[in-house]
Amino acid sequence: MKLQEFTKGIVKKNAVFALALGLCPTLAITTSVENALGMSLAVAFVLIFSNLIISAVRGFVPQKVRIPCFIVIIASLVTIIDLFMHGYSPTLYKRLGIFLPLIVVNCIILGRAEAFASKRSVFDTLLDAAGISVGFALAIILVSVIRELLGSGKIVVLGHEIVPAFISSPAAAMILPPGAFLTIGILLALLRRAGVA
Amino acid sequence: MGLETKRVVSPSPHVRDTVSVRGIMYSVVIALIPATVFGVHLFGLSVLPIIAASILSAVATEFFAFKLMGKPFAMDGSAVVTGLILALCLPPTVPIWVPVVGAAFGIAICKCAFGGLGHNIFNPALAGRAFLMLSWPALMTRWVSPFDAVSTATPLGQWRAGAGYTSVVDLFLGNVSGSIGETSALAILIGGAFLILMRYIDWRTPLTYIGTVGVLMWVLGENPLFHMLAGGLFLGAFFMATDYVTTPITKNGRIIFGIGAGILVVVIRMIGGPPEGVCYSILIMNALTPLIDRIAKPRVYGVERKFLRGR
Repeated sequence: MKLQEFTKGIVKKNAVFALALGLCPTLAITTSVENALGMSLAVAFVLIFSNLIISAVRGFVPQKVRIPCFIVIIASLVTIIDLFMHGYSPTLYKRLGIFLPLIVVNCIILGRAEAFASKRSVFDTLLDAAGISVGFALAIILVSVIRELLGSGKIVVLGHEIVPAFISSPAAAMILPPGAFLTIGILLALLRRAGVA
Repeated sequence: MGLETKRVVSPSPHVRDTVSVRGIMYSVVIALIPATVFGVHLFGLSVLPIIAASILSAVATEFFAFKLMGKPFAMDGSAVVTGLILALCLPPTVPIWVPVVGAAFGIAICKCAFGGLGHNIFNPALAGRAFLMLSWPALMTRWVSPFDAVSTATPLGQWRAGAGYTSVVDLFLGNVSGSIGETSALAILIGGAFLILMRYIDWRTPLTYIGTVGVLMWVLGENPLFHMLAGGLFLGAFFMATDYVTTPITKNGRIIFGIGAGILVVVIRMIGGPPEGVCYSILIMNALTPLIDRIAKPRVYGVERKFLRGR
């Protein structure tokens, strides 16, 4: 019964394709699969821990100041992941750039805090946040696979060629901003058509 | 039998004519023949496959997109026009798959995804060209000189590099490097004049568009004739800025469109990255077209001016 709190975030309430939230990082950092993996880990960390804390403190945070409190919690966790990535993965840190600190204002995180964590038990929140994180990760990895495949002609993750170069002149537009809008638009249309999202 | 016999009340239009979408589209194709033939004459028979591939890809994409959408496919000629225009604004050296991809992109994403002819915001041929330009900038800027296929820069590229102005006579006749169908202002003018005389396109758009570029360049101390004749300005002004779907329907709106696109061309040529800006200037003005049509709404006959201004 409880398990559906986890599974709903993957397809039915997929943050990107069903709720159309978190489109900013989805558009910006899906130029490579590696970026998407890094971003989905960072978002998962912030989303799960911030919502757990918010759920735990929901009893004594006054209603009127709840949003500033949520933001403080989220911002603290973002600072942690920001410093962590800076220290342990400087190249990825550089490539994610401004979009790492911008996780603070990622509407998926505040959205789940407001809609779910601030009303439900800690355990339910854990399931919900984990499900949404997995859904977000799958969505941006799917977008980034398509974009890197068509835009770079190969997929390289952590120095390993997952897919070797298969087209001699890839469509560079796909890893430029228009490619992000095209990919997401077509995926949204296909998923709606298939009745998935 | 009195007056109460059958009277049919129907919505407008009430005046019927023999002019049809298909007729106009094929007239545009006919009007493009001088520029096409001149392009083949200038760059050799090797450009024919590019033109054929572009048209075939456009028509085939439209056919499959309509099949996918479950709508009946009508061969109204608009895809032929899109394919032909796209081919005419490609360099004569592109590999055969470039026009295929460009036309498919323009038709599928920029036309059919919006609902087909009449619903698209952007000119499909130009959108296809913009996608090609973004994706394969190296292939899209491989220019050759006429007749001998030696690589060279376009007149605008040479001007940008500080090599001075190409002869205005050469530009007018088209004896210069450039895209397949853009080089000869004369050949384009013949087709454009035909469309204007047939009243299929409005003279206001090309006149204000080319005129704005000339006047602004003159004010900026450039050679106005060179800038009016070089690059794709003539092709764009007569055949792309006059597209029925993506440009304003009002007369004043067309003037605003022409002036706006002209200003954008000057801005891009003077301070932009690439030396030519006709493609982007029309695409940007396409995006503004719904707004232009709103502000250029003609006064309803019998309504006071003051009243319309909203007091």
